Amino acid sequence: MEDERSFLDICGGPLTLRRRYYSSYCREFGLSSARLSLRSVTAVTCTVWLVAYGLFTLFENSMILSSAIFITILGLLGYLHFVKIDQETLLIIDSLGIQMTSSYASGKESTTFIEMDKVKDVIVNEAIYMKVIYYLCILLKDPVKPHEISQVVPVFQSTKPRLDCLIEVYRSCQEILARQKATSASP
Amino acid sequence: MVLKAFFPTCCASADSGLLVGRWVPEQNSAVVLAVVHFPFIPIQVKELLAQVQKVSQVHVAVLGTWCHRQQEPKESLGHFLEGLGAIFSHDPWLQLCRERGTRFWSCKAYHQVSTTPDKSIEDQVMLIFYDQRKVLLSWLHPPTVLPDCQAGDTTASAGGLADIFDTVARSEVLFQNNQFDEGPVRLSHWQSEGVEASILVELTKQASGPVCLLLASLLSLLSAVSACRLWKLWPLSFIRRKLSTCEQLQHRLKHLSLIFSTQKAQSPTQLMKKANMLVSVLIDVALGLLLLSWLHNNNRIGQLANALVPVADRVAEELQHLLQWLMGAPAGLKMNRALDQVLGRFFLYHIHLWISYIHLMSPFIEHILWHVGLSACLGMTVALSILSDIIALLTFHIYCFYVYGARLYCLKIYGLSSLWRLFRGKKWNVLRQRVDSCSYDLDQLFIGTLLFTILVFLLPTTALYYLVFTLLRLLVVTVQGMIHLLVDLINSLPLYSLGLRLCRPYRLADKPPAL
Repeated sequence: MEDERSFLDICGGPLTLRRRYYSSYCREFGLSSARLSLRSVTAVTCTVWLVAYGLFTLFENSMILSSAIFITILGLLGYLHFVKIDQETLLIIDSLGIQMTSSYASGKESTTFIEMDKVKDVIVNEAIYMKVIYYLCILLKDPVKPHEISQVVPVFQSTKPRLDCLIEVYRSCQEILARQKATSASP
Repeated sequence: MVLKAFFPTCCASADSGLLVGRWVPEQNSAVVLAVVHFPFIPIQVKELLAQVQKVSQVHVAVLGTWCHRQQEPKESLGHFLEGLGAIFSHDPWLQLCRERGTRFWSCKAYHQVSTTPDKSIEDQVMLIFYDQRKVLLSWLHPPTVLPDCQAGDTTASAGGLADIFDTVARSEVLFQNNQFDEGPVRLSHWQSEGVEASILVELTKQASGPVCLLLASLLSLLSAVSACRLWKLWPLSFIRRKLSTCEQLQHRLKHLSLIFSTQKAQSPTQLMKKANMLVSVLIDVALGLLLLSWLHNNNRIGQLANALVPVADRVAEELQHLLQWLMGAPAGLKMNRALDQVLGRFFLYHIHLWISYIHLMSPFIEHILWHVGLSACLGMTVALSILSDIIALLTFHIYCFYVYGARLYCLKIYGLSSLWRLFRGKKWNVLRQRVDSCSYDLDQLFIGTLLFTILVFLLPTTALYYLVFTLLRLLVVTVQGMIHLLVDLINSLPLYSLGLRLCRPYRLADKPPAL
C-alpha cells in the first residue's frame, strides 16, 4: 500500500512523504526534499565568474579565470556528491531492525542499519534553536544494560520535517515497536 | 515473532534440493548454508552433516526443501518434497519455492503442534538474502558472549545478527566440497564452482615457514648480542642512551623479530599489527635505498662534505658576532663591564677550540659521510636518526654554552633567594621544610646585604646570557624534534590498514562494543 503527501520543512520548503506499508511488520517512509534549482546554480556561477573577471581586470592574470572555472566545477560536483541530500528513507522491519538511507543528488547512497535488539524506543524530541523545533530520534540501549539509554540517533537530519509529518511517522513506528515488544515479552 | 530465513544469493539459481543450515531458536531464524541436490541417499547426507558438526561445532541440520521449477507446477515433485519432511524431521520445516525465470517466490514454514501430530501451523516467513562470499572474506570479530552464560555453552549468545554471520563464517568446512570432488553428496554454495584461492598467496604461505625460522634464529642471535653485558659498561651505555640511532635500530630489531616470529597471530588485530609493521619496514628500506642512490649519484657526498666545514665556520662566526654584541651594549641595556668581558672571553675561547677541532677532522669527513651514507640501506628512519645525531654533535658547543649559562643563572637565583630571606630576617628550615624567622648577628647581616646587592646588580648580565643561549638551544632542539617526528611517523603509520581500506574495505571489521 502506497501513500504520498506533501508537508513543509522547518524553513518552509516543500517536502514529500511517501509511505509504503509492505506488510503488518514492515514499513518504509521516504522523505524527498526539493531538488537543486537551476536558478540558484546560475546565480552562484554568475557571482563567482563576475568576481573572477573583476580580479582578472585588476591583476591581468589569466590563471584567475581558469581557476574560477575549476572551482565552480569542483564545487558543484562536491556539493552534489557530499552535501545535497535528495531523499531520506526510514525502513522499519519488526524483529530485524531499522535502516536509514540517505540518497545524494549525485546518486550516492549511504545506509545505516540498527538491529532491533539495540532499539529501545522511537521518540519525537524538541530542541530550542532560535525557535522550538522537533526531531524524530531513535533511542539505543546496550543489550547488557537494557534499562539505560546508550545513544540517541536523530533521523531525517537534512530534510528536517515539521511536527505534523513527524507525528505520522512516529505513530507508524510505535505500532510496529508495540508489536515487537508484545512478541518479545512472550517467548 | 516472524520467522526469518537467511538465504545465500548464490543458491537463488540452484536446482531443487534440500536446505541445509542452522536453526537459531532465540531469534526465530533459519540460516541456510547450502543446498543438497538430488539424487542423494539420506544416510549419507546425515553422515556429512554429523561430520561437519563435529569439526566446526556448528549445529547443522536439514531445515527444509528448496524447489526451483518450471512454470507449470509438477505435482509429483511437490509430493516428493513433502515426503522428505518425514525423513528429515525438523521443527519448523521450511518450504521455499521459486518459479524458474520469474521473480515470484513462495516461502512457507510449518510448525508441528505436539498435541495433534497430523496438523501443522503455518508461520509468516521473512526472506533475507545474504552474500556468502562477502561474509566469508571479511574477517569478522566473534560475537560477544554475555557474562552470565555458562562457560561450555558455545551456541548461546545475544549477538543478534552477529551470531547469524558467525554461523556462516564458522562453517567453512562445509564449503570445502565443490562440484569437482567425487563425494557422495552434491552441494551448492558459494564455492561449489571451485575453491577460491590465489597461487601467490599459497606459495608464500608454504615458503614463509622455513624463511621465518631462519630469520627468527638470525634475529635472536642479534638481540642476544645487543643485550649482552658488555654494553652496560659506563661509556658505552651513556653513548647508547644519548644517540637516537641506537634507539631506532633497537626499535627496528624488535619489530623485525615480531614479524618473523614463528608463532601465528592470535587474533585479527595482531595480524593487522604485524602486517602494518612489515609494510612500514619495506617502505622504510625502499625510501632508504632511494636516498642512497641519490646520494651516490653525482658525487653528492663529496659536495656535502666540502660544504660542511664552511657551514660550521659560518655558524661559529655568527656566534662570535653574537658574543661581541652581548659584550657591548645589547639592545641598549647596560651590562656590568667586568662580568661581561669574563663570560664573553670564556665563550669565545670555547668557540675557538671547537673550530680548531672541526678543522682537524675535515680530511676525514668525506670518508665518514660515505660510510654513514651506506647505512641508509637499513632504512630511511636510520638515516634520519643519524642526521639528527650529526646535528647534535655539530652543535655541541651551543649545548655547552647553554649548560654554562644555565648553571650560572641557577646558582645566582639560588644565592639571591637565600640572601633575600636573610635580608628580611628569615631562614630556610631544612628540617621542617619551611621558612622560619631567625635572628642574625650584625656582621652576618652586613655581609649578607652586601652580597645580595652585588648579585642583584649582576643579575641582568647573567640573565641575558642565559636567555640568549637557551633560545639557541631551543632552536637546535626544535630541529631535532622535527626529525624525530618524521621518524616516528614512518615507524607508526599503518599503511597496510590504509591500503586495505581503499582496496578491500570489507576486510576491516569494526571493533566489537565493549561489555
